[in-house]
Amino acid sequence: MHKYVSGAALSVALSLGLGTSGFAQETIKVGVLHSLSGTMAISETTLKDTMLMLIDEQNKKGGVLGKQLEAVVVDPASDWPLFAEKARELIEIEGVAATFGAWTSVSRKSVLPVIEELNSLLFYPVQYEGEESSKNVFYTGAAPNQQAIPAVDYLMDEIGAERWVLAGTDYVYPRTTNKILESYLKDKGVAEEDIMINYTPFGHSDWQSIVSDIKKFGSAGRKTAVVSTVNGDANVPFYKELANQGVSAEDIPVIAFSVGEEELSGFDTEPLVGHLAAWNYFMSVEDETNDEFIDAWQSFIGSDERVTNDPMEAHYIGFNMWVKAVEKAGTTDADAVEQAIIGVSVPNLSGGYSTMMPNHHITKPVLIGEIQDDGQFDIVWETSGLVAGDAWSDFLPDSKSLISDWRAPLACGNYDVSKGTCSGQNL
Amino acid sequence: MFTSGLTPKIWQFAVSTRALPAVFFLCFCATVSAQDGQEASQLQALSEELSSKKKAIQIQAIDQLAASGDERVERWLTALLEGELYRRKGDNRIVYATKSGKLLALKDADTGEPLEEVKKRSVSKLRINNAIRTQLKGLLGTLKLKHPDANIREQAVADLVGKVESAAMPEIRSIYQSETNADVKEQLRLLISVHDLENGSDEQRSEALSYVDGNLHNPVINALRNMSLNAEDDTVRLQATQLLSQAEKKLVWYSRLETLFFGISLGSVLVVAAIGLAITFGVMGVINMAHGELIMLGAYTTYFIQQLLPDFMEISLLLAIPAAFCVSGVVGILIERGVIRHLYGRPLETLLATFGISLMLQQAVRTFVSSQNVAVINPSWMSGSWAVNPALSFTLNRLVIIGFCLLVFALLLLLFSRSGFGLQMRAVAQNRQMARAMGIRSDRIDALTFGLGSGIAGIAGVALSQLGNVGPNLGQSYIIDSFMVVVFGGVGNLWGTLVAGMSLGIANKIIEPWVGAVVAKVMILVFIIIFIQRKPRGLFPQRGRAAEA
Repeated sequence: MHKYVSGAALSVALSLGLGTSGFAQETIKVGVLHSLSGTMAISETTLKDTMLMLIDEQNKKGGVLGKQLEAVVVDPASDWPLFAEKARELIEIEGVAATFGAWTSVSRKSVLPVIEELNSLLFYPVQYEGEESSKNVFYTGAAPNQQAIPAVDYLMDEIGAERWVLAGTDYVYPRTTNKILESYLKDKGVAEEDIMINYTPFGHSDWQSIVSDIKKFGSAGRKTAVVSTVNGDANVPFYKELANQGVSAEDIPVIAFSVGEEELSGFDTEPLVGHLAAWNYFMSVEDETNDEFIDAWQSFIGSDERVTNDPMEAHYIGFNMWVKAVEKAGTTDADAVEQAIIGVSVPNLSGGYSTMMPNHHITKPVLIGEIQDDGQFDIVWETSGLVAGDAWSDFLPDSKSLISDWRAPLACGNYDVSKGTCSGQNL
Repeated sequence: MFTSGLTPKIWQFAVSTRALPAVFFLCFCATVSAQDGQEASQLQALSEELSSKKKAIQIQAIDQLAASGDERVERWLTALLEGELYRRKGDNRIVYATKSGKLLALKDADTGEPLEEVKKRSVSKLRINNAIRTQLKGLLGTLKLKHPDANIREQAVADLVGKVESAAMPEIRSIYQSETNADVKEQLRLLISVHDLENGSDEQRSEALSYVDGNLHNPVINALRNMSLNAEDDTVRLQATQLLSQAEKKLVWYSRLETLFFGISLGSVLVVAAIGLAITFGVMGVINMAHGELIMLGAYTTYFIQQLLPDFMEISLLLAIPAAFCVSGVVGILIERGVIRHLYGRPLETLLATFGISLMLQQAVRTFVSSQNVAVINPSWMSGSWAVNPALSFTLNRLVIIGFCLLVFALLLLLFSRSGFGLQMRAVAQNRQMARAMGIRSDRIDALTFGLGSGIAGIAGVALSQLGNVGPNLGQSYIIDSFMVVVFGGVGNLWGTLVAGMSLGIANKIIEPWVGAVVAKVMILVFIIIFIQRKPRGLFPQRGRAAEA
């Protein structure tokens, strides 16, 4: 008899035990969609590691809604159509609650229809050209008015620049940004002949003629500045050529939107000292949250040589916003989280709070840093308050009258104020 | 530098730049008695202001410091400019600090006595920005006008050209009178002339006009341009316009020369990258898609040599050349023996197999080294430029690479035409069966030829590491261009590669200023497509039995 009882008790206990452990294993899956091979691996691998660290830390704090988070990492291999396929895999097969990923605009555009069709959520951490607002995407990087416009203001007011070189890599982000900047400069009274626009292919390595042109353009006796949307690798030979041809930051300062700490770690920074970059975060920000983040990152990655950068901060903000919104909504359901996240504020790494706006962009400070010989930035200027990201630029004729507000009753990403209509998803 | 032998006269000197129209007053006084080392100096008194986060306060403090007349001012300002001034936390004393391993070695800024070594966190650097850098350079420039070393004086004057306010001119003129070194005097004359062109009296202006005839310095051209538009006196305006048009004619010629130089240098990069391929593809007929990765291995070898021998940065490249040749050469031989030799006569399979190898090599570097780019240092003899005259200068790294390209080319040519190995290589390439019948071990020659081509790709990597990025993708950016050059030049002909590389480089640089870099590249590719349709065998078609077969 006793035998049976204990046997029954054992089986009950066993099944209970299995039950609870089975229950504990139920996790919330989070997709990480960053290239780990190919051209973009240089920038995106770090963001994958950042997400793993953030998820790991959240799990140590007890996860979300009492469940542990589980990162699902896929490798879209810098291949734009593959981004769409991998996103579909993450949502349909893995059933992730939200995806953090993409770097280039073209990869985001590739993922966009999939995310919208399957009604999931994407957090996009990189500065971009704006002119987009999707119900399913949260833009935690800078819009042009959070990076490019303040940078030009700084050069104009503080440095006294009168002639402008807009140099960029030939793709959608630099082209749109330069269009916005050109129209902004003309509004400010800069003459057509004082603006020089130049595009180069991806990975351009022979900058001799362009630097020589910039030098000639800048030798007219008026202060000249270069606004650079040159992307990735092409920056190294660009700055080397500037230095070799004797163009110093005091003569012609270059302000870059795509050069951060991570990129500088692969440079010999000597020729770059004094040139500028505009971001919403620098590793050199003096703040306790930032110190903690840097310590956590360096111990997670196991090297105190590794740096932090702006897109990492964007993931930090985006991830914490998502966690907060899920807890607020009490579910990971995309629609509920989408509504809950608007208005959510979380600390950013520069000593303030960032808030998710109704247009799915966030508020951030804008910082201008000068490159130092140790590959860090010395912050020389910052906006007095936070700047809210503007999805549709006020300086382009097509988007002037558009606004985005995803709250009910408007719930529209591109509402035309002049016509009073919502023109549907993404023009 | 200020000995009491200098005239004990306080004089003020004003410098301004257009970027920073503030006027800095600086007094050079040798009369202030040498301060007692024990007493806290002006530098320490300004400790708070100098480390302020507000740049305006820093600028003011630096002016105060410069005006203090302390004899250590030059050293302090130089240290500030070089980023060697730190503020010790705790007692807020300003110190010099230099790196000493992971620590910083401190020296007292007042006395120069060595202090303790500390961790980075216990001191904070006095951070400066561009405005302050400009200010410091201006201040130091004026200090250096009386430096005993003529070269430093000359440089100081050159930096001031076009930036001096009228108030300072009488002093400059008196320095000009007392200056004994001819070069410095010449520079001072230029400085005075540029000032006089726009602000001098009529007499000074006409003297300046006759002096600047034929001068191509940028401030001179700008001053002439202004005068030709705005001068009130008709004869002066006419004279200025004439001088300007003469100068502009010269400038056009120099800019053509510059374009030619850019073209040759781009051409030599193409040739350096392609010449290894000219051997493997051209001579052996192997479509080696991993050629770019062999270049990459050479560049990484340079990086590792620099990492291993941090004290020999200046000669690291010379060491890297043989090392890269060996590394890439050995990898090339392994690829040939392991894969390619099984695929001779099957070009499609060779293409796919070598493409696979190229992906493997890339990913191997990503996994075992890093997916990040690595920083390869330029030795100082490859940085900067050689100024022929004010309107024309050649960058040193490009000059070195042009020379290097020609040297490698000449050596290869010698090897091909004068050595036994070259003879055997050509024999196998032209008629394998016959060569074997004559007792040449074609297997061995194949492996060695492929190794040679790969090794040359490796040393191309050493050269290219000096121009651009060193990262896993390095090879990708050169592979297309390399094939383009080899096919255009005529497969199997080294001279063809040289001529093709140079002409593509020069054509690219001539087109680029008109249509932009993107379209220039497209135009070159379109041209090659059309050319290959007309002359499928390239510029210099190979003759012989194999070519006709």
